[in-house]
Amino acid sequence: MTKYITVIGLEVHAELKTKSKAFCSCSTEFGGAPNTHICPVCLGMPGALPVLNEQVVEFAIRAGLALNCEIKFFNKFDRKNYFYPDLSKNYQISQFDKPICLAGHIDINVDGEEKRIGITRIHMEEDAGKLVHSGGSISTSDFSAVDYNRAGVPLIEIVSEPDMRSAEEARAYLENLKAILEYTDVCDCKMQEGSLRCDANISLMPEGATEFGTRAEVKNLNSFRALVRAIEYEVERQKEILEKGGQVVQETRTWDDANGKTLSMRSKEEAHDYRYFSEPDLVPVELDDAWVERIRAELPELPAERQARLMEEFGLSKYDASIIVASKAMAEYFDEAVKTAQDAKGVANWLLGDVSAYLNNAGITISEFKVTPAHLAELVNLTKEGVLSSKLAKKVFAEMLKEDRAPKALVKELGLEQVSDEDAIMKLVEETIAENPQSVADFKAGKERAIGFLVGQIMKKSKGKANPTMVQAMLKDKLQ
Amino acid sequence: MDLFKYTAHELHEKLVNKEITAVELVNSVYARIDEVEEQVNAYISMSKEEALAQAEKVDAKIAAGEAIAPLAGIPVVFKDNINITGQVTSCASKMLNGVSAIFDAHVTENLRKEDAVFLGKANMAEFSIGNTTDNSFFGAAHNPWNLNCVTGGCATAAAVAAGEAVWALASDTSGDLRQPAAYAGCVGLKPTYGRVSRLGLAAYASSMDQIGAVTKDVTDAATILNAICGKDDRDSTSWEVETPDFTQALVQDVKGLRIGVPKEYFGENVDAKIKAEVEKAIAQYKELGAEIVEVSLPHTKYAVRTFYVIANGEAGANFARYDGVRYGYRNMEAQSASDMTARSRNEGFGEEVKLRLLFGTHVLSKGYYENYYVRAMKVRTLIRNDFEEAFKQCDVLLTPTTPVLAEAYNTEMDAFAKYELDFTTVTANLAGLPAITVPCGMVDGMPVGMQLIGKVLDEATILKAAYTFEQATDFHKAMAPLGGNK
Repeated sequence: MTKYITVIGLEVHAELKTKSKAFCSCSTEFGGAPNTHICPVCLGMPGALPVLNEQVVEFAIRAGLALNCEIKFFNKFDRKNYFYPDLSKNYQISQFDKPICLAGHIDINVDGEEKRIGITRIHMEEDAGKLVHSGGSISTSDFSAVDYNRAGVPLIEIVSEPDMRSAEEARAYLENLKAILEYTDVCDCKMQEGSLRCDANISLMPEGATEFGTRAEVKNLNSFRALVRAIEYEVERQKEILEKGGQVVQETRTWDDANGKTLSMRSKEEAHDYRYFSEPDLVPVELDDAWVERIRAELPELPAERQARLMEEFGLSKYDASIIVASKAMAEYFDEAVKTAQDAKGVANWLLGDVSAYLNNAGITISEFKVTPAHLAELVNLTKEGVLSSKLAKKVFAEMLKEDRAPKALVKELGLEQVSDEDAIMKLVEETIAENPQSVADFKAGKERAIGFLVGQIMKKSKGKANPTMVQAMLKDKLQ
Repeated sequence: MDLFKYTAHELHEKLVNKEITAVELVNSVYARIDEVEEQVNAYISMSKEEALAQAEKVDAKIAAGEAIAPLAGIPVVFKDNINITGQVTSCASKMLNGVSAIFDAHVTENLRKEDAVFLGKANMAEFSIGNTTDNSFFGAAHNPWNLNCVTGGCATAAAVAAGEAVWALASDTSGDLRQPAAYAGCVGLKPTYGRVSRLGLAAYASSMDQIGAVTKDVTDAATILNAICGKDDRDSTSWEVETPDFTQALVQDVKGLRIGVPKEYFGENVDAKIKAEVEKAIAQYKELGAEIVEVSLPHTKYAVRTFYVIANGEAGANFARYDGVRYGYRNMEAQSASDMTARSRNEGFGEEVKLRLLFGTHVLSKGYYENYYVRAMKVRTLIRNDFEEAFKQCDVLLTPTTPVLAEAYNTEMDAFAKYELDFTTVTANLAGLPAITVPCGMVDGMPVGMQLIGKVLDEATILKAAYTFEQATDFHKAMAPLGGNK
């Protein structure tokens, strides 16, 4: 049977975090009452004219530099023409043949294998408004309403090369891209709010082939999970067609998350002819060296650099470091916590273990996590100092999740300090030996396992507070 | 007293000298409108109440001894594609009938600061598409020199010539300010592209649209340019340059001025009688001390086709916003969103507008874009270069404003021949140059205009040349007789 190679390219739209819109001074704030952040420009009123917000160019340059792109100094805008009720002018101001950034890349690591994914281009454009339907879709609703608050919010579209060969590579690319956009502070990357949106071009080609197969473009991928599932679905769908000797149709498909399928939206024949031409209402923007170099100099530490730093400075493993830096907020939390923590690896363990588990369960991000980095550091220190066993630390952590309080205070309040006092432990050891002659005899007869039972009894007596390492050592000492 | 006959600067003197009041003036103009509007049909809407309030404000200032601006109290009509907040900007289309502007145009703001008096909105070709007003949703306008004749692409000059306004604010994309001015014996000034902000002007072809003035003489044109020009941050294409006082150019002096006469504007496609009048004007300039230079603008023959490809392409995008979704005409029977837009546009736009939109969509479509749009943009550069070359030999260019007189309404003409009539004016739009038309003769009882085209941002020189000619002649003083049958 023929083996197929999956070929994936991603087109990512990122809303820029500018205060005002791309071509007018309306607020870009998400979630306002419908049609409250609008003006004649957003509404395409007769006589309204766009004026470029320079911050959009600044952010696009910043993203481009962080993604290793070549920055193009001559920039112009074009009109992309298509009719849709959420597009107030029925054309979108975009960049067609002269995008601001070209030829960048992102390095990914999947299962320990490094790979470089090319970025073809990045261009600036404006977002459309949002349609709200009385029914399921524009064609099945009795009526639809339009909210133009989002109309004119600046976007960058980042187009990758078709360099990815699996859903996991696509996921890694998107994760890295998202981290870089967060680090550079150009996008808040909330996929559920649509500030980061992804379309995937997917095709298959037989192993050994030199030309790519016919691709389907899948839209509406609003989460990493959706991206992975949609790719997996498409691969199976296309494989089935090819194996039956059929041909994949070049078309645009949409991801139906509820049913886990991609559905055909429009064929190549129905594809829009966008009739691009230069936007006559805007003049070309010529960047100057000083501007680009200033932005380059001001670039923050990027995920790859941060990962290297965490490994070198704190001795974290590559894997742990990569997970911490994948989220800017997580990395910042880590940096804050290690300021006072005596054990950086301990902080990492907490973040990757219990903290992540809790966040996933609660469906929140670390920015919404109420335990402060200083308190987590304190918890790590209590464990390190031997005040808390790891078991008790988990108990304290559970309390901290209810209400963010200093772990030291909680330990006192709950009477959870680990007992490391030799006399106290010795007293428990002696008591236990006296109460369990059979086990003592078993141990002396060479049954090593009996000691585990005795340790358990001592811990029980101490209500878990006795320092287990000391218990073990002192018990052995006493029995020999 | 027939106050409507005077120019703005004459009326300003009368106001300052307290010979008249602004209220008397505006009432006189509205009385004239009552008298002749039925014949001319120059207006789409009027704002008498607002006009009277503005006039009263000016009278109060004069009474209080305050200085008033040169245009204060002077009644002006706006072409109906320029926004006045709260008033309808219809573009003479069913599509925008009843749609009130929610913001002032930049020029409107400037004229408010001047305390100008806004009479109302003038009739025009639907969305400025076409060189007559036949396709206006509000019916065609009639030329006050002969009511059986067309006014050209808008009725602003007809309103001024008929005494229905002292001056008019209009837009010029293909000559639709200068051609009506020439047809009505008025002065028409189209400034350099970017000299006056386009904010609040409903776009036709954004790379060529420019707001200017239709007046009774050159002095008024200079005065108005002073009031409306200047950098506007809200129009990215507006020039950031010092603006001179254009009335300083109002001097009678063309000694040594090199006037270029491009031979391509005097060919067989220009009415011989018009040529004769313009040639007389050239002779007069020579007498006044100007140097006449024959020049060539070799790509003129491609100008109209180049203009139509670019203008229709831009219009196709500019008019796409008229979709029945947010404002304007909407078909209420449609059962789907796309059907609503399709039917609203089919019913809201007139035939010529739809033809142009199809044309504009075609020239930008895949497979045609390179051959039409890209090529037209290249020819546009050649046309610009023609002017640059010519201006190495001369300071201004002199041409007939129109190749024909205002034709009679029953004239049969092929659509493409009609388009070709714009060849004398579209070149200045394609190259973004300033141009002015001044009356220079009469043929068969109809006025003839000559056009002076200047270098980029050099309105001063064309104003000076126009003023010198005007002061040496009486053509601008002739009154339209309102003769002929509608």
